[in-house]
Amino acid sequence: MAPITPERRLTYYEELRHRGYSRRDFMKFCTVMAAYLGLEASGTAQITKALMNTPRIPVIWLHFQECTCCSESFIRSSHPIVADIILDKISLDYTETLMAASGHAAEAAMQKTMKDHYGEYVLCVEGSVSNYGDGEYCCIGGKSSKQILQEAAAGAKAILAWGSCACNGCVQAAKPNPTQATPIHKLVKGKPIIKVPGCPPIGEVMAGTLVHLVTFGAIPELDRVGRPKAFYSKRVHDSCYRRPYYDAGLFAETFDDENAKKGYCLYKVGCKGPMTYNACGVIKWNNGVSYPIQSGHGCIGCSEENFWDNGPLYRQMSSFPGFGIEANADKVGLVAAGAVGAGIAVHAIATNIQKRRLIVDVIDEGKKAEKELDNPLS
Amino acid sequence: MKGQRLRRVFVWELPVRIFHWLNVLAIFVLCVTGYLIGNPPALLSGAEASNRYMFGIIRFLHFTAAYIFMFNLLFRVYWSIAGNKYANWRNFVPTNGRYFTEIFKVLKIDIFLQRGKEHMSVGHNALAGFMYFVIFLASLFMVVTGLGLLADNSTWWFTRAFIWVPAFFGSDFAVRNWHHAFMWLFIIFTLIHVYLVFYHDYVEGRGEISSMGGGWKFIEEEQFQAEKPE
Ligand code: SF4
Repeated sequence: MAPITPERRLTYYEELRHRGYSRRDFMKFCTVMAAYLGLEASGTAQITKALMNTPRIPVIWLHFQECTCCSESFIRSSHPIVADIILDKISLDYTETLMAASGHAAEAAMQKTMKDHYGEYVLCVEGSVSNYGDGEYCCIGGKSSKQILQEAAAGAKAILAWGSCACNGCVQAAKPNPTQATPIHKLVKGKPIIKVPGCPPIGEVMAGTLVHLVTFGAIPELDRVGRPKAFYSKRVHDSCYRRPYYDAGLFAETFDDENAKKGYCLYKVGCKGPMTYNACGVIKWNNGVSYPIQSGHGCIGCSEENFWDNGPLYRQMSSFPGFGIEANADKVGLVAAGAVGAGIAVHAIATNIQKRRLIVDVIDEGKKAEKELDNPLS
Repeated sequence: MKGQRLRRVFVWELPVRIFHWLNVLAIFVLCVTGYLIGNPPALLSGAEASNRYMFGIIRFLHFTAAYIFMFNLLFRVYWSIAGNKYANWRNFVPTNGRYFTEIFKVLKIDIFLQRGKEHMSVGHNALAGFMYFVIFLASLFMVVTGLGLLADNSTWWFTRAFIWVPAFFGSDFAVRNWHHAFMWLFIIFTLIHVYLVFYHDYVEGRGEISSMGGGWKFIEEEQFQAEKPE
């Protein structure tokens, strides 16, 4: 270990030792993280080495239009070190929710980190940014959220967009989106942005993503929309334990029927698992206790863009845009098909009136020919 | 027109007819299974889930029919260059003023049922051809959105190549809704299409319905002489 000098930031391991964790605890944490990240066995050693040798990365954690459920989820992730390593002031240079400082002191701390570690710090953003007017719907310390974001993003090494708010706007971006709640990637260009969507995201997923960033000094492999592949490459549906019922065509029709009691698939009561990319079925929630489907409620697709405008939550088919809440594509289609059917009937009747001459001619000609022919069988 | 000699014209070649009926079969299966995927029937069964695969089979049929639909469509695109003049792509894509003149004529005579000289086309009339072009575009939309929804679960590079589709729409939610809504376009198209085929057969008596069986249509000698280039 390198000598500790006032200039040198402590490594993660050193910080943890100071906080009273044993090496054993530390190793356990590294193993858990390697498993979550889907690394090979040697990955544990890599993580251990990285956390022992790299000084901790300064982190600025901004809160905009959000409900803080991401932070709540994060500090409840199953391994206590997760909370300690990132949130207990060890690594966080600035976060409105958990820092001790407040007011001017807090702002000064953020400015200092941004200046001292320009180009090094990781910027975590929780919440969407109000892009309406001058940003008056979301101001902190006299600055608009957009201003704060842009200032902080300028010197960031990478940006972590926590939760659906920062990734796609979440419920405050629902139509008509009065504050013009805007996700981070639409406002910041030219910086690596990792999206960790979910309302909230799973704590372990957030920790895993951060640990990957720290361990490998690089952003994890991302999928087509910028989410870490390790956690978002499969649908909830693909790891759902009710999947055999789905494949068998056995569905709960209501939440209190016999089928629901038997634990049948929740597809018909609106489960959006087949469209939702997340790790809920594998990592689960609250220290792996359960996840919505296991608790008898369908997935609402909280980590998918626009889930809020693709309701209703308790029906499979979304309501069709522009036709009211009750109208899904099938109802609109059926009405349209009915109208076309009626049109055809009218047209058929009109044809017999309007084209009478023509039709009679054809029929006459045919009948005449029939008369002229012999029936060879009689 | 009365008592006129009819001339037999070979309009729909065998590949066109095979395309047509394969397309019918595929669209039928796709609509039925597609509807069921959106609204599965309520089944009460005491059987073990492991002994049943009903919904899996419905989805399998949907995907199989979809691939048949797609390759059939691709073949038809090829045949719109290789086939005879009635199969040619120019029947579907308006490229000149004559095309639009004919569309208006067909609208007047066949749809708004005005009396006058009947418009008796040999192959597709311009309005029908254009509608097939519209439904072709809708088919492309279905193929692309369908492959996009399947991409993440597919192992075939071709299907995986459509992985950008959900990202383009934002999420699977939107893709799925549009994929489902477009189904109704095909249902409505089929209603109108079948009706109009019967209409032409009934009003004109020239073998419109059977033409997709044997490939033959019949036109009056007079019209044949008129349309023949000297
Ligand atoms: S409960 Fe939801 S995620 Fe699970 S199998 Fe049914 S549809 Fe899929």
